[in-house]
Amino acid sequence: MIETLGELVVSLLIVAGSGFTLVGSIGLVKLPDLMTRLHAPTKATTAGVGGVLLASMIHVVVRSGEVSAHELLIALFLFLTAPISAHFLAKAYLHLHRERERNFPPACHGRDWTLLDEPGEELPREDRPQPPPRV
Amino acid sequence: MIGYALAFGFAAISVALLLNLWRLATGPTVMDRLLAADTIVTNLIALIILYGIHQATSTYFEAALLFAMFGVISTIAYCRFMLRGDVLE
Repeated sequence: MIETLGELVVSLLIVAGSGFTLVGSIGLVKLPDLMTRLHAPTKATTAGVGGVLLASMIHVVVRSGEVSAHELLIALFLFLTAPISAHFLAKAYLHLHRERERNFPPACHGRDWTLLDEPGEELPREDRPQPPPRV
Repeated sequence: MIGYALAFGFAAISVALLLNLWRLATGPTVMDRLLAADTIVTNLIALIILYGIHQATSTYFEAALLFAMFGVISTIAYCRFMLRGDVLE
């Protein structure tokens, strides 16, 4: 009974995880430009791989009765590093195609975004962003 | 029951890999291709883990971990190269 239940959970997690992965790749192909395309693999694919890793962990428990935390390491690593690589991809895209993306929200303190700002000129001292006052 | 789920999983991830390959081949900008390569690495991790479930062994865990680490490192290194013209300054 408990083994059947475990197999059911593992099967559901495998189907859900690979379905999410497929949805992420469909989004990668269908969406119109890179800033929207970034959403699909970074969220759907990471969730899908997380589901497959969870299925693997539960499968080990069902199969041998031992608890294995190996897959947790991969899941933690992926969930921690997916936002970092997505951030770097977006930053490099903005850097390479700055003429395409001129409809940014405005940056504060009268300056452009750090990535697009021309270096060299410094603001006068009173216009610079001030650190918050100490309590 | 796990057999059917595994068959579905292998099929879905293979189709996902083909779609990623399409984006890798036709992506209009360099960053599209890099995003597709990063997604291919992530999907390969899922495929390796599914094969581990299929074979009922944990031998392939290290391969998946290595793929995860090197995939992220290479993506970030390439992005830094596009940003700064150099990887380590």
